[in-house]
Amino acid sequence: MTDISERSRAEVEAILQGRSRRAAAISLVREAALVPVLIVLIVVGTVVNPAFLTASNFSGIGQQVSALGVTVVGESLILLIGGMDLSLEGTYGLAPTVAAWLMVPVLEYGSGANLNPYLAIVVLLVVGAAIGLINGLLIVKGRLNGFIVTLGMTIVLAGVQQGIVKGNTLFNLPAAFNDLGAKEFGQLPVSLIVAAIIFVGTGLFLRYHRAGRAIYAVGGNREAARAAGIKVDRIRIGVYITGSVLAAIGGLMEAGRVSAVTGTQGYQEGIIFAVFAAAVIGGVSLRGGRGNMVGAASGVILLGLVQNILDLSNVSNYWIEAVDGGVILFALLLARIIGGEATAE
Amino acid sequence: MTEAARSAASAAGATPAVEATGIFKQFGSTQALRGVDLTLQPGRCLGLVGRNGAGKSTLVSILSGIYPADAGTVRFDGRPAPPLGAVGEWRRRIATVFQHSMVVPELTVAENVFLGSHPGPRGLVDWRAMREQARQIMADWGFPLDVNQPCARLSVEQRQIVEIARALAAGTRCLLLDEPTAALERAAVTRLFERVRQLTDSGVAVLYISHHLEEVFEICQDAAVIRDGELVLTAKVKDLSKERTVSAMVGAQTATLAPAGPASHSAGALPGEPSAPADACLQIEHLRAASPQGPVRDVSLEIAPGERVGVTGLLSAGVTTLARVVAGAAPYESGTVAIDGRPLPSGRRDRALKAGVGYIPEDRQAEGFVALLGVAENGTMTIVDWLARRLGWFRPRARSAAMAPLARTLSIVSAGLGQPVGELSGGNQQKVTVARSIARRPRLIVAIAPTRGVDVASKSLLLAELAAVTERSGAGLLLATDELSDLDICHRVVVLVRGERFAEFGAPPFDREALIAATEGLASGDGGPPAPTDTDERGTA
Repeated sequence: MTDISERSRAEVEAILQGRSRRAAAISLVREAALVPVLIVLIVVGTVVNPAFLTASNFSGIGQQVSALGVTVVGESLILLIGGMDLSLEGTYGLAPTVAAWLMVPVLEYGSGANLNPYLAIVVLLVVGAAIGLINGLLIVKGRLNGFIVTLGMTIVLAGVQQGIVKGNTLFNLPAAFNDLGAKEFGQLPVSLIVAAIIFVGTGLFLRYHRAGRAIYAVGGNREAARAAGIKVDRIRIGVYITGSVLAAIGGLMEAGRVSAVTGTQGYQEGIIFAVFAAAVIGGVSLRGGRGNMVGAASGVILLGLVQNILDLSNVSNYWIEAVDGGVILFALLLARIIGGEATAE
Repeated sequence: MTEAARSAASAAGATPAVEATGIFKQFGSTQALRGVDLTLQPGRCLGLVGRNGAGKSTLVSILSGIYPADAGTVRFDGRPAPPLGAVGEWRRRIATVFQHSMVVPELTVAENVFLGSHPGPRGLVDWRAMREQARQIMADWGFPLDVNQPCARLSVEQRQIVEIARALAAGTRCLLLDEPTAALERAAVTRLFERVRQLTDSGVAVLYISHHLEEVFEICQDAAVIRDGELVLTAKVKDLSKERTVSAMVGAQTATLAPAGPASHSAGALPGEPSAPADACLQIEHLRAASPQGPVRDVSLEIAPGERVGVTGLLSAGVTTLARVVAGAAPYESGTVAIDGRPLPSGRRDRALKAGVGYIPEDRQAEGFVALLGVAENGTMTIVDWLARRLGWFRPRARSAAMAPLARTLSIVSAGLGQPVGELSGGNQQKVTVARSIARRPRLIVAIAPTRGVDVASKSLLLAELAAVTERSGAGLLLATDELSDLDICHRVVVLVRGERFAEFGAPPFDREALIAATEGLASGDGGPPAPTDTDERGTA
């Protein structure tokens, strides 16, 4: 009342409109912070190898990154509520291992249960949900530190995964099980389409669903969310479960892509580092409450492009990881410079 | 410069301890400071007052070397200020005790006193010398603190002592106190004033920032009023009246706001006597609850629709606990809490919300809003289930539409309803919290210290709005506060002592002295004005 009446109403409204337009422009710049980096990468890739800028190569990149991408969606949700889950790596390996083990005959290191592949996929989802539920209960109800709980869980899951198949690799998986990771729909890999649907669906959910908004509220200020009547514990546990289920789907995609589940899928590649790197490069804050799916997706695409360019270039195999890590750090710095204070925390 | 000259003359020509001239500072599109000249004389205490968002905090930050000024100079003892990054240099010249404690709870008192400047050669810590020097400072100034205990165990008052001791240890001759009494009990405030006088007597310059005019009038020799980034009034306290100070703070709006006493709102606004207990909107029976903020022991209380009931008491008397229990934000052990006759489960904020309890939490930074989210989203957080359509999906526009009328009634000033609440001024943040609590048209509003940290003018607006909401909607109000002037909007006041109902006061205006005596547990609580008892030498202007 007091502040407004000092200026005329029209004047104030003009100022407010101008400000909110500027605010919108700034937030657009932040969301698109990685676009220049992606363009530079595409230019570099084209120069390095003419095979880079082809439809088949891009479809290949799409297939490679979709498993990572779906897992990044899971981790991003968990980061948004102010948590962190290292054990997504273990879920990514264990869930498809259990499912494959139930389908494969004893001679090929399976259980001999000969489970129907569709039921096996259901089992895979249930395994993911169960791991998420255990994590969520320990962290939320047991009030344990999420870092330590999920670190311990990672080791347990990797051990169980090794133990079930005694370190062996499961081959000859049914086609229905492999389809998600292996099949193509026209020119496009099915996994890429599914990953894109998951990204878009999660993005819409976060923006237009009350539970999605509650995730931001809980991550931004847990006590304020509680005081506003949001069921904070339920949201947090729900997000841990969702994150783990998404990691299990990611693992299914990877298993389909390579038509096998190794006894070390997930933790051998150290996929959790790529997951965190993609989310953080994409502007999802490690402190919770900040980030979105546009950013997370561009983080995933960036990692995929870098990996692909390194594969196509003449960088020695022994040096590929060093260059990979260096590029990640550089991208992080660049995202920070373009996106300002808010990004890459 | 004339102001500075006048002050300088009064201090017998001494070099000013701090001299800021022509300070400008802009944040984004907000001009926070427009040419501020401020002078602190050694041995004098200057009170700086102003409404929320007037520029007090910005000025403090610039004087403590946290932000650079866009234009203007700061000089200490006549010499130019050190470069911005030289933190140690700044600390030797000026020390700031912030609203929020800056001690490290895990470290001992001695370590905190010497934080960042441990005595000892080549970066090694000489523990014995450190403890000895810290003990010496405490002894010199008569601070009763054991330097070996960890700060986690200290009270707010004791932490402040640690921060003051830190300033003294660095040899600082200039101290900024940023709302030091906000979290102190009354007796602790008296002791703090004693310490401030001790400091000024020994020649330290003090800048004292407060929302409470009485405090400024009690311990400051000079006063400065800041409004919209400009110093609009600088004078000796003995030449000032309270009315003149308030009108300087408020500016052109004097005519409508100067009376500022919330009493003026409650005068004509009393509805009829509370209705029969049968349709009480809140019924508490034999409530018991334990809490680190003070226990509640066997309290019964009823609030009728439209009735405003104040609850007050000392810091750990259970006032906050009682309010939090009713809001569902804290659990209870036994007894019943019922809204419209339906009992509330213990510690379920979500169920209390659905039952019709709006909640204005004590610490708005911690519980009042989500800083990263917008005004509309925060204000409508309690009614998402109303806004959502099938399966929980909703349009963001529905939020703004629901928020717009609330923002208008509460006159929330923001750059659009999408602006993150963290970017708003303190008073507007509190209004967003109020909007959130009334959006669901509650049957009962629980407000804990709603005016804490809010300036004089916004305070009366806020209280008037709370009163108006209960008038309009017939909601009850449970107002838990230690700010006695807030109670003027209440129909009756219940005083808790050590968790038990001690006294009840029937109708406004409430006798301030009697209320204070009751909170100290000094009078018989039969509703009548208790016998005047001389409790302690607190100064109430």
